[in-house]
Amino acid sequence: MTTLDFCGIALEHPIINGSGTFDAIAAHRAFGDELLERFPFAAFVSKTVTLEPRQGNPPPRLWEVPAGMINSIGLPNKGLEGYLAEDLPRLAQLPAPLIVNVMGFTREQVAELVTAFSAREEVAALELNVSCPNVETGLVMGADPDEVAALLERVRPLTDKPLIVKLTPNASDVAAVASAAQQAGASALSLINTLRGMALDPRSGSPWLGGTTGGVSGPAVRAIALAQVQAVSQATNIPLIGMGGVQSGRDALDLIRAGADLVAVGTESFRDPVAGSRIAAELAALLQTTEPVKTW
Amino acid sequence: MSGDRTQAPFGRRSAAITAHEDHGAYVVLRCSDPAGPRPQAGQFYMLSSATRWGGGENERPFLPRAFSVLRAEHRELHFLIEDVGPGTKRLCELRPGDDLLLVGPLGTGFVSPREGRAPLLVGGGVGIAPLAIWQDELGGQAPALLGFRDAAHAAGAVLLAAPRVATDDGSVGHHGLVTELMTERLDADDHVEVYACGPPAMLEAVRELCARRDVPAQLALESGMACGFGACFGCVVPTRHGLIRLCLEGPVLDAAVLETAVVAGAGH
Repeated sequence: MTTLDFCGIALEHPIINGSGTFDAIAAHRAFGDELLERFPFAAFVSKTVTLEPRQGNPPPRLWEVPAGMINSIGLPNKGLEGYLAEDLPRLAQLPAPLIVNVMGFTREQVAELVTAFSAREEVAALELNVSCPNVETGLVMGADPDEVAALLERVRPLTDKPLIVKLTPNASDVAAVASAAQQAGASALSLINTLRGMALDPRSGSPWLGGTTGGVSGPAVRAIALAQVQAVSQATNIPLIGMGGVQSGRDALDLIRAGADLVAVGTESFRDPVAGSRIAAELAALLQTTEPVKTW
Repeated sequence: MSGDRTQAPFGRRSAAITAHEDHGAYVVLRCSDPAGPRPQAGQFYMLSSATRWGGGENERPFLPRAFSVLRAEHRELHFLIEDVGPGTKRLCELRPGDDLLLVGPLGTGFVSPREGRAPLLVGGGVGIAPLAIWQDELGGQAPALLGFRDAAHAAGAVLLAAPRVATDDGSVGHHGLVTELMTERLDADDHVEVYACGPPAMLEAVRELCARRDVPAQLALESGMACGFGACFGCVVPTRHGLIRLCLEGPVLDAAVLETAVVAGAGH
């Protein structure tokens, strides 16, 4: 089988999952060993890990929007200690390299997480979730070029593993943030995270989500993802993981043409748990076909 | 509940609609599922239509919808559906020759009554669905108490054997709440284990009645979910042990783990 190289990690195809959109441990309970035999992703990105355990936001956490959904999950997780003890040994059994997504509320917290995972050989790469505020500066780490540069300068020396920065689309100049991340030592960039949005309870007119606002995902955001991937691709020359509303091989190819090296599938896996495999197969077929495509 | 779940084939599969039956306000869809395992009573499936899933009111639906299985026989699955929004509306349009897309069976099912207790089924509205397959598995004799809004909804009562029916408007059976029938039954003999599914307010009344009388109960809850297999973390419900994902730890929960069966955002 041909493989591709992503930051020194050999992958069987370019389709992975977006962080927080597939829980391989839960899916194993629901689907059994067939999950492992037909694992849909070339690498597995685990849900965000924080230093301390988090329960997440109160329900309701979901609403359906035109061609997509909005979620306010609030990053529930077992915390670093729980993840290392319970989740990591199980995720290490997956038939795909493991990328661990981490988030801290201060640079020191991120540094602690990076240091802890740097020592674990089960972990192929780290992804930094910078979509939260730095409680010491009040700025969203991924929304400001100086913030993201300061974060990378703090954590880059702590590990030899690839550091992927997951960019937030809720920034005024994503390309500037991307460029700052590259200059400060990011190995790769992934985008887009969800777009901030809101839904109202159709009966009461007050916010539906327990967290008031949430993140919009699904095909509704695909055109935005395409534009941001292209802008970031032009501003940087490190590998990119593109994502945002991908449902087909055609959508994946679009992101690749806009500059992505890998493509992540998120919301579509909710609708079909093997969407990743289907999209990878469709993409492979598209790359070999010369048939004209439909436009209008 | 604690029983071993029946696991789903990995992936979304196509299932041909074999029948569309109208039962008053409800539709029963039957589909052929030769590739799927026999589900446990109380387990659920994520359903969508193979075509035109989207492009309805407000460009919805987009996400699949969760349905407890109503009945499973002869390699066919039956689902009970009420048109309450763009997803259920589209499902109600399906006819033989159309295809359903499904993932499942998912979640946990009902487990047998504790030693010395007889099953008592209590359902409300579209929530009668998992009680039908459970009554089948219990041998068809378990008494069923069913509550509905009105006569159009009470037409669904034929899906269970020998039910006692209550309606809010008194048009069929007892004029009042199904929990009133339940109280009557418990007064006569409370050596039962209650199996209940229905709207949040009904489930909470059942939970509270059972807790007060020390009667064990298994409640099948509902919560909005995007995936059904633990990926989205959207369907959490509060329990005495914190928030749990209903699609994984439920939808059938032992009433003892709940402080309330009213979950924000549940119901329709």
